Amino acid sequence: MESKVSKLSILTKGIIKENPVLVLLLGTCPTLATSTSTLNGLGMGVSAMAVLICSNIVISLLAKIIPDKVRIPCYIVVIAGFVTVVQFVLQAFVPALYSSLGLFIPLIVVNCIILGRAEMFASKNGIVDSALDGIGMGLGFTLALGCMGAVREILGAGTIFGVALPWLSAHPMMIVALAPGGFFIYACAIAVINFATNGKGVRKKEFGCAGCAMASICSQEKCLEELEKKGAEA
Amino acid sequence: MGLGTILLGVILVNNYVLAQFLGICPFLGVSKKLDSAVGMGVAVIFVMVLATAATWPIMQVLNQFKIAYLQTIVFILVIAALVQFVEMALKKFIPSLHKALGVYLPLITTNCAVLGVCISNIDEGYGYIQALVNSAGAGIGFLLAMVLFSGMRSKLEGNEAIPKCFQGVPITLVTAAFLSLGFMGFSGLVG
Repeated sequence: MESKVSKLSILTKGIIKENPVLVLLLGTCPTLATSTSTLNGLGMGVSAMAVLICSNIVISLLAKIIPDKVRIPCYIVVIAGFVTVVQFVLQAFVPALYSSLGLFIPLIVVNCIILGRAEMFASKNGIVDSALDGIGMGLGFTLALGCMGAVREILGAGTIFGVALPWLSAHPMMIVALAPGGFFIYACAIAVINFATNGKGVRKKEFGCAGCAMASICSQEKCLEELEKKGAEA
Repeated sequence: MGLGTILLGVILVNNYVLAQFLGICPFLGVSKKLDSAVGMGVAVIFVMVLATAATWPIMQVLNQFKIAYLQTIVFILVIAALVQFVEMALKKFIPSLHKALGVYLPLITTNCAVLGVCISNIDEGYGYIQALVNSAGAGIGFLLAMVLFSGMRSKLEGNEAIPKCFQGVPITLVTAAFLSLGFMGFSGLVG
């Protein structure tokens, strides 16, 4: 797929066709937790995008040097390093965002999107393609989080970017900004995509191993098989 | 804070899955059947307690040398190595336990709930015993949510009345929303 696929399509596929959150259903934890307001969602998206681009570039450069057997720990160290950098940057320049995202900044390390792209794309492709892939996927993640954050902020608090909206701010639906609303709005977003694409858009597959952070790392079929076997035995 | 308060608080009020959105992937992925839900839940309790037992003392060392900013890198590596090591040890010494939990162990290495509980133990400023209790509680809360959710999901199987665009993942998430709504009833239970 290297040279045949145009640079533009590498960049754009992450935004719509293979949107990591709404189509591939990856990175559900930060999506649900940080989309309580538009700014939080966008902040999380941009932070993850920065880590994704940097780690994609470095991993595509190092891919040939790293022995195959220890590649996952190596990727994790690279990613964790960049997460620490992002943590410092946020702490220094946007302390308000840093404190509202809290725990979820260090947890970018275990975000399946980043490890997944490292394993599936960056380790097999050149540096330019990997950077473009990082930008595309990151933009897709940011857009999805921003949209969900906007919906939850408008309905839950009646504001957008902190600016009060007429009527809505007088009748906020608190529940949308709380935990159950997160699940519900995410469900609605996927259902809308399903409806718009007539069920073809979102991966038909249920959450299997593919939904877990280790999906790209552990031998997927094997772990699915073993889970199935366990279920059948009982 | 008393140990009982911490335990109850983290199981019911601040449930890791339903209130804090940690470990959503295994929660949605492995909750289809009751026995795999239980297996996953027990493995998570096991790994959470072990990971805390290992990372809490390491954090004291990092603080001693004033390199606390290495927390993220060190924790994830320690957890990954620990899980690998535990899997090998179980395989060798307690094969029966390995048979029951072994499948789930590699799945939890990069589970955000495990790293999350280790970091939040440090952030909350818990002592060693408090941290261990908090981790055990987080794991038990995860198990509870998994078991309840797998019960709810079994009622969804093959239900044709669900609108087409909501079938599959969306209706699963809506169900999770209701479970989470139910758990909100516990808020304020523990000061």
